[in-house]
Amino acid sequence: MNSDGKDNFLNTDLLWQMYSVMHRIRISEERIADLVTAGEIKTPCHFYIGQEAVAAGVCLALQKNDYVWTAHRSHGHYLAKGGNLASMLAEIYGKRTGCSKGRGGSMHLLAAEVGILGTVPLLSATIPLAVGAGLASKLRHDGRVSVSFFGDGATAEGHFHESLNLAAIYKLPVIFVCENNLYQCHMHIQEYLSEGDIYKSGDAHGIPGIVVDGNDVIAVHKAALEAVRRARAGEGPTLLECKTFRWRGHVGPSTDIDVGIRRRDDVCEWLPKDPIPPVMKRLLDLGATEADFDRIAEETLAELDQAVEYSRRSPYPAKHELLEHVFYSGAQSRAEGMTFPVAN
Amino acid sequence: MRKLTYVQAIREAHEQLLSSDPRVFVIGQGLWSPWYAGGSLQDLDKQFGRERVLDSPTSENAVTAAAVGAAIAGMRPIVFHPRMDFMVLAIDPIINQAANWCYLFGGQVHAPVVIRAVINRGGQQGAQHSQALQGLFMHIPGLKVVMPSTPYDAKGLLIGAVNDGNPVMYIDDRWLYAAEEDVPEEIYSVPLGEAVVRRTGSDITIVAASYMVSMAMQAAETLGRNGIDAEVVDLRSIKPWHKELVFDSVRKTGRLVVADGGWETCGVASEIAAAVACEMFADLTAPISRVTLPDAPAPVSAALEEAYYPTADSIITAVEGILAAKV
Ligand SMILES: Cc1ncc(C[n+]2csc(CCOP(=O)(O)OP(=O)(O)O)c2C)c(N)n1
Ligand SMILES: [Mg+2]
Repeated sequence: MNSDGKDNFLNTDLLWQMYSVMHRIRISEERIADLVTAGEIKTPCHFYIGQEAVAAGVCLALQKNDYVWTAHRSHGHYLAKGGNLASMLAEIYGKRTGCSKGRGGSMHLLAAEVGILGTVPLLSATIPLAVGAGLASKLRHDGRVSVSFFGDGATAEGHFHESLNLAAIYKLPVIFVCENNLYQCHMHIQEYLSEGDIYKSGDAHGIPGIVVDGNDVIAVHKAALEAVRRARAGEGPTLLECKTFRWRGHVGPSTDIDVGIRRRDDVCEWLPKDPIPPVMKRLLDLGATEADFDRIAEETLAELDQAVEYSRRSPYPAKHELLEHVFYSGAQSRAEGMTFPVAN
Repeated sequence: MRKLTYVQAIREAHEQLLSSDPRVFVIGQGLWSPWYAGGSLQDLDKQFGRERVLDSPTSENAVTAAAVGAAIAGMRPIVFHPRMDFMVLAIDPIINQAANWCYLFGGQVHAPVVIRAVINRGGQQGAQHSQALQGLFMHIPGLKVVMPSTPYDAKGLLIGAVNDGNPVMYIDDRWLYAAEEDVPEEIYSVPLGEAVVRRTGSDITIVAASYMVSMAMQAAETLGRNGIDAEVVDLRSIKPWHKELVFDSVRKTGRLVVADGGWETCGVASEIAAAVACEMFADLTAPISRVTLPDAPAPVSAALEEAYYPTADSIITAVEGILAAKV
């Protein structure tokens, strides 16, 4: 699928939103990477830089209360869905003010107010959880869509295939978004998947399998809109493969050019395919000026500075809180607070 | 009051939960089968529709995880595993996901899923159709585990589990399905974590769960005829287990046998024996004894099966051993 400029869903506002979301993810990740390099952040961070078009393209097709499930590389999805930047940063610092109260870190983010009910790094684990949230929506007739983001590596797990079948037979409002960035840790996809075109798994499970250029935010968005339409219309799940590339290493800020069978070549090939400049160019063609971009950059950088300051100043959880929350105490769940009444 | 069997009590709990709480649904293998669930879910699909009573593919992992995901998203699912052995394929959603969820996110979200696991053993079914893995799940922080031994508890603990708000493994044993007693018609909960004294006695405490409670009661009757007055404690919940009640009983009798239908090593009996030994050694007047399965897979041959499963006699032997022990 290509974005040809004639897509009637496109307008200048949407392009600005796409740009803003991608830019926000990019500079947040760069800041966090610097803080890791500086030794200030210690929890393992998996950077999303290079893949921004997928999170932005998909999440901008969703409503606030739609569910998003994701894995270890989740900062981008969290921000694209509207999660609070300062809460995420404080969580990465392990502070009590973090979105998971310092229990989670980078790999366990929560933004229940925007449909992120918890991210976890156990590979592929959130794929069937997303199916379950879709089942909940179907039973409640609440019209929500449940999106599962996962990597190419996760598709080698049984969870993935069981989930596609389950969502298909129950016709659930689920969208499976595979971000195929060519690598699973140090392994190139050719080394560990016998079929590198992951969208073909859709066929195996009787659901649409769509492939798009994951660095083309408009193409991603267009495909996501159709998958959302299908889901809300009760037509069942869609598998959407987005071919993309992560610029940094598997974990941490380095680029890992010494891993895999061809990482160095891949990096050289993909860096010029940066997903952000094409959107800037479109906006410039539509009359935007450099000053417009500068203003967005300044605002976001100021917000980042504040978020870092807030995180630094926030207290750590107290040692006596160690055993809190092992069991649910009966407090109102933030997830339940956003459920719709059940239609009979 | 009318009498219900254990299996009828389980079915009634499902029926009342589905009627009274729109968040409840049931999913798992065999739900539309006339026989798969031993009658415990009979015709619920006809009564409540197949949207809420979902028979599933043989995908234990995804089905359990889907129930966990739905629970996190505000539902109260009961996921059914006709055999605990099959449920082993769903270990990730149970141990990594459901049990951790509340803690991971600082108590702001939780996974109120009930995972029903059936112990279905004997009958020469062998090692992969016989397992009782309660000890494994008791080990996991964040997960509760209940094991009803009577029809009353079979109903009340299922309702209590659904209302609890935590992930709860509900383990029922098909050897108990025919047991019968008075069961109230109304909907009621048995609170999790509360044990009960089934028989009072002063010479020795026998702590048991699930089917082993009936063995303990038989053993206590026999022992009583021989002048040994045994107290029987039914744990009902093995995680969290009712420490105060068990400790009170042992403080009174000074002697303890723990009987559990799982394996010995790191099992239910081991945990309770360890807690008593560590925390109230001074109250003991004799060594503790564990009655469990031997640390071996379940055999097929009837002759070996007979040797494998502990009985009332195994408990009597253990009690006699303790009473004879020189301290
Ligand atoms: C069940 C499980 N196995 C292994 C890992 C270790 N692990 C973490 S991320 C990862 C690779 C994931 O690759 P992919 O799904 O392609 O996502 P990417 O990192 O490329 O975004 C692995 C193997 C894990 N977290 N969980
Ligand atoms: Mg990958």
